[in-house]
Amino acid sequence: MGKIWRVSGPLVIADDMKGSQVYEVVEIGEEGLVGEIVGLEGNKAIIQAHEDTLGLKVGEVVRGTGRILSAELGPGLVGSIYDGLQKSLLTLGENIGPFIKRGAKASALPRDKKWQFTPKVKVGDAVSQGDIIGVVPETNLIEHRIMVPLGIKGTIKEIRQGDYTVEEPVTWIENGNEVKELTLMQEWPVRKPRPYKQRFDPSGLLTTGMRILDYMFPLALGGKASIPGGFGTGKTVALQQLARWAQTHLNIYVGCGERGNEMSDVLTSFRELKDPNTGILLQEKEIFIANTSNMPVVAREASIFVGITMAEYFRDMGYDILVVADSTSRWAEAMREMSGRLEEMPGEEGFPSYMGSRLSSFYERAGMVECLGNPERKGSVTVAGAVSPPGADFSEPVTQNTLRIIDALYALDVSLANKRHFPSINWLTSYSLYVDAVKDWWNEYDPGWEDTRASALRVLQQEAELEEIVRLVGPEALPEGDKLLLLTARMIREDFLQQSAYHEVDTYCMPAKAGLMLKTIMKFYELAQEMLNSGAGIESIRSSPMVYRISRMKDIPNEAFEQRVKELWSEMDQSLVTGKRVP
Amino acid sequence: MDFSSLYVKEGRAISKAKGSLLIAESIPGIKFNEMVDIQLGNGEVKSGQAIDISEEAAIIEVFGGVSEVDLIGSKIRCKGETLKLPVSIDISGRIFNGMGEPIDGGSRVIPEDYLDINGEPINPALRQPPAEFIETGISAIDGLNALVRGQKLPIFSGSGLPHNRIVAQIIRQATVKGKEERFALVFAAIGISYDDASFFMRNLERTGALERTVAFINTASDPVIERISTPKLALTAAEYLAWKQNMHVLVILTDMTNYCEALRELSSMREEIPSRRGYPGYMYTDLATMYERAGRILGKEGSVTIMPILTMPDDDITHPIPDLTGYITEGQIVLSRNLERKGVYPPIDVFLSLSRMMKEGIGPSKTREDHNNVFMQSYAAYAEGCYLREISTIIGAEALGERDKIYLTNADEFERKFISQGEWEKRTVEDTLDIAWELFSTLPEEDLKLIKEEFIKKYLPKYRK
Ligand SMILES: Nc1ncnc2c1ncn2[C@@H]1O[C@H](COP(=O)(O)OP(=O)(O)O)[C@@H](O)[C@H]1O
Ligand SMILES: [Mg+2]
Repeated sequence: MGKIWRVSGPLVIADDMKGSQVYEVVEIGEEGLVGEIVGLEGNKAIIQAHEDTLGLKVGEVVRGTGRILSAELGPGLVGSIYDGLQKSLLTLGENIGPFIKRGAKASALPRDKKWQFTPKVKVGDAVSQGDIIGVVPETNLIEHRIMVPLGIKGTIKEIRQGDYTVEEPVTWIENGNEVKELTLMQEWPVRKPRPYKQRFDPSGLLTTGMRILDYMFPLALGGKASIPGGFGTGKTVALQQLARWAQTHLNIYVGCGERGNEMSDVLTSFRELKDPNTGILLQEKEIFIANTSNMPVVAREASIFVGITMAEYFRDMGYDILVVADSTSRWAEAMREMSGRLEEMPGEEGFPSYMGSRLSSFYERAGMVECLGNPERKGSVTVAGAVSPPGADFSEPVTQNTLRIIDALYALDVSLANKRHFPSINWLTSYSLYVDAVKDWWNEYDPGWEDTRASALRVLQQEAELEEIVRLVGPEALPEGDKLLLLTARMIREDFLQQSAYHEVDTYCMPAKAGLMLKTIMKFYELAQEMLNSGAGIESIRSSPMVYRISRMKDIPNEAFEQRVKELWSEMDQSLVTGKRVP
Repeated sequence: MDFSSLYVKEGRAISKAKGSLLIAESIPGIKFNEMVDIQLGNGEVKSGQAIDISEEAAIIEVFGGVSEVDLIGSKIRCKGETLKLPVSIDISGRIFNGMGEPIDGGSRVIPEDYLDINGEPINPALRQPPAEFIETGISAIDGLNALVRGQKLPIFSGSGLPHNRIVAQIIRQATVKGKEERFALVFAAIGISYDDASFFMRNLERTGALERTVAFINTASDPVIERISTPKLALTAAEYLAWKQNMHVLVILTDMTNYCEALRELSSMREEIPSRRGYPGYMYTDLATMYERAGRILGKEGSVTIMPILTMPDDDITHPIPDLTGYITEGQIVLSRNLERKGVYPPIDVFLSLSRMMKEGIGPSKTREDHNNVFMQSYAAYAEGCYLREISTIIGAEALGERDKIYLTNADEFERKFISQGEWEKRTVEDTLDIAWELFSTLPEEDLKLIKEEFIKKYLPKYRK
């Protein structure tokens, strides 16, 4: 047992700490504040405190725990709300009321709740790490698969069916003359990636229901994406939309150094909204981490790793998981804060030189893998992180370091957001390197996807080029063909790319609908070009009722869309062709 | 504050005094962030705070700087406490300085409790999402950037812009539909001029709000260091009134730029590594810790709504002060020098302004069913008009097509009729929405594609009886 030697903000130095290890969790002072050893020097341990150190005194006790900062993994995670250290916020609320007091403890998994465990192996079966030995129906959407923890193998000596808490033994595994007792719960150190058998390239579309993602800049299962943008450009709403509608098995929402009201908004909405495909309440496929900006800074650093560790654990069961992190900039700032206290050599803008590698140690845990153990299964973790660049200037270090790691960029644009064009993803600067990875998925579903996508992007690109001329000569001075191009580009922007998160129908757009919407606009463009060629004026095209009909496509429900769009197409064939005949 | 009874220990030799820091021999039993008194050789007493403690030394930050501190005669006395505000319901109607001491000539508050001025974080899982619309009577706010109870919504202004008049108008006019409720105002003047502070106080007096107001005044001539504690005291008072006395509290903090400047000064005296433009790297967290004290809590009656005012240095919204603030608050009301020059009052730049909590507060049973659609369509039309205005400065308005000319005129009308209003004019939200509909009626009907068809049929003037 050591004692406090120095306190300076979140930095605590303890003396008499011989025998401790780096990254060991310690309890500081009489209140037992959680801290983590980040360095050792002789008998002294350098500790980062994850809780507010106000009021600590020199000489108070510091207790080592012998544990590395770990996450509890087992039934009870889904639907939970945690702080950055995986304390259950609802339990804290029950115990100490609506304000968070330091030193208050609350375990991640409920200890009294009984789970119905059904074995999947029999006595005498040989098992080893990663093997699924039984299942627990955790929610209506998630079957929690209980796996043999890493490093354990042998034969099943006994396995029990029935209702158990996470601490009661359910299985005994014999290896030689050693018998290991397994419960429904295990632990894993959060900074260490969980192992797998084999890793694959990301593949298949992670359906998000957001047209500009799914159709234009797709995210693949197992991929990593970043959403940088100035304040108010829509990072949080975009991540919330992903966490709501992504067609994965489970989503993990990490609110890291952001707003409390926003968190409570998310939490409330997930208690009410239903998954569009299963009709089940969203909170049955969600885990929340809420480490808001007024909560201790250092715990932000842990929160992101706690989130990704839980994701890997569910991935290992064979699930597709999405992790969203809002905002990785606040996480990097926590690192900067600690590094400054440690008087480390500052890098760019005061961030420590290891910021880049720390960022990649998070993003690199995304991926599609073949999981350890039997039965054979694949799982994936997809990651999307928000970045909050000061002054919306993307040349700053966190954005730049992130760009080196990720493969899909959704660059949010202040001027689009100011005009309330949402999502304010800039179609000229954003990119996805997963186009090839999702090609098969799309082609099976919507042949011609690549062509439609490419030609729409080309129209937008041409619009941007014409824009410069428009500013010099005005829109009326352009040739008719260019005017039509501008009209089409506008339709793509306003009637396809723009998608309000708050529109009752349009908030989630099925990929099938997205494809048909864009095809409708491109078809209009083709027909209108023909009209121009046969002598019709641009005014007659602009004022065609078809333009209005197209602008209302968003209102049509997903299910009814295919039928309704067919009608639209045949009307379009008729009226635009008629239009063509009338000179 | 009287802590003399709490004095517990006395430290000895001071080995170094520089800027605002004293380095003293280790003081056994001192707590991190504890408040201390420094008794100078000449008898004067300064306050300070322990910002780094160890077995070897204690570093004390001295409020007001170390001038006249001598290494031999000065003594450090610990108070055993972090900075606290004594509270009771009697703080209503009172005026305090930046250390929480009454300056209205009245007696000391007999405390019911002493509250740590840093507060404690609200458990995010126990927050209740803000959703009650506050009608300010100002169209540019109510119609396009609505404020709700429990929100933190700052005003980004520039020197010489009428932010004080706008805030005074909001204080005068703000109402919440429904039952009579207890509400209170907390006002913190942070390093502003005496005139500005008394403008507010006079205004409060005139509207009869003074007796429901708690004021904390630190004017430009008061100690800079107290600018750090002033907003925290105000928020502590607000929390007490909201969570202990079940009141709806509106907190006005002005000018937060002065707070940030004081923070920068402090940081450089501590010789910390500066982040952008000399402001400390923790400024985001520091500001967030204050602003996050706004909100509503499940199962509690009251609420804390915060409206900070800050002046953007050089009118630059990317300056670290407005920038970090915008990353923390739930939107911002931005004032524009351009509109001000055109004679528009209130000169609210609706593109740069935003209310992130608006959607919770508007709609059927809260404001009106068409509110959200009207909001989106207004933005779209005004954005189009402003874009064309920009183009027409080069090519001339004559060179625009017919449709474009309509939009150009519409943007002017929007500024003249919708954004502009009288300083004493209180518009209901229905009035505000109806003005927007009147402006829509000059646009081609098929362009109103962000509005549900049923609302067009119901609210567009030509369909109304
Ligand atoms: N997809 C969207 N649909 C509708 N409104 C949006 C959308 N994205 C953003 N917004 C609007 O922009 C505001 C700011 O978005 P937010 O995600 O909070 O920004 P950021 O996190 O980048 O600061 C929201 O409150 C909302 O009004
Ligand atoms: Mg955000």
